[in-house]
Amino acid sequence: MIENELVTLTDKQKKARRSRSIAIGLGLAVLVVVFYVSTIIKFGPAILDRAL
Amino acid sequence: MALVDKNTLDDGGFRMSEATARDFIELLKPRVMSLVVFTAFVGLVAAPVSINPFIAVVAILAIAIGAGASGALNMWYDADIDAVMTRTATRPVPSGRVLPGEALVFGLILSALSVMTLGVLVNWLSAALLALTIFFYAVVYTMWLKRSTPQNIVIGGAAGAFPPMIGWAAATGSISLESVILFLIIFLWTPPHFWALALFKSQDYGRAGIPMMPNVAGEASTRKQIFAYSLLLAPVGMLPWAFGFTTAGYGVVATALGIGFIWYAWKVLVMPDSDRVMKPAKALFAYSLLYLFVIFAAYLADSVVERTLASGVLS
Repeated sequence: MIENELVTLTDKQKKARRSRSIAIGLGLAVLVVVFYVSTIIKFGPAILDRAL
Repeated sequence: MALVDKNTLDDGGFRMSEATARDFIELLKPRVMSLVVFTAFVGLVAAPVSINPFIAVVAILAIAIGAGASGALNMWYDADIDAVMTRTATRPVPSGRVLPGEALVFGLILSALSVMTLGVLVNWLSAALLALTIFFYAVVYTMWLKRSTPQNIVIGGAAGAFPPMIGWAAATGSISLESVILFLIIFLWTPPHFWALALFKSQDYGRAGIPMMPNVAGEASTRKQIFAYSLLLAPVGMLPWAFGFTTAGYGVVATALGIGFIWYAWKVLVMPDSDRVMKPAKALFAYSLLYLFVIFAAYLADSVVERTLASGVLS
């Protein structure tokens, strides 16, 4: 019989993981904002130039 | 026997991380990072080319993250010696809060991310300089020089001296004499700053087997070298004024700061061998931090004021 191997996290590990997850989420959000805003700045008004 | 053996997960071979975000932030050496941010900011703002404020913030952020990444790589590699020094024993890796592999991956990812971001969004010269800085600190200084020669912080000091040059390159896309002088100020400031620390922390460094100058050449020789570097630093601090890059206002501040540096270094030079409290060395260490902050602040203020006045006169 194959037993399911599950790791049960301690409270401390759960708290640490939540803290890391929030930081990664915020970091990625900042990265997205940085690239979006920088792209708009670099393109300037030309960002709306497109063939109709 | 089960198809999959049960393993004990807390036997040291495998363990779930208990590292919090705060531990990872500590890996970035925030205090060193603050100095990097400040000097890079001065280089960027003092440069005679205006840059979009948002792109400027992105540049500073990327430089800060890159510097932090090199700090994380340093803490990964140096965990063994950090563990035996009182000043560094509580760092995340030696204290066991962050696993060495976590610190390594964190440092590598942030290094790549910071260099690429700077290159794509600002310019590739500044990105190349940032990559060189990270390589210099993590590989040349940490892996090669730190454990092998008492000149470790002299040569490795270049890593700490690059940030204003990166800031300048981010704004102008070039390297000019002004940014080379800013580089030289930090480069010549580093040996007296760290050797002052090494004098009153020599036991710590000795225990870790790091060949700092007091442990290798002795305290008397270190004190002489501190004084020699101070004599070099003071006039180099005045160069921006001598070359006409700043007004006399900066010149006066730099001259006063340089005389102060030589004075504190002199007190260290004449410090008796029997002095184990080493107040003069501690005072020089504290003064050196003040020196670097004030001379860069003066350079920044001078260039901003001069530019504002020039634009006012022209309009």
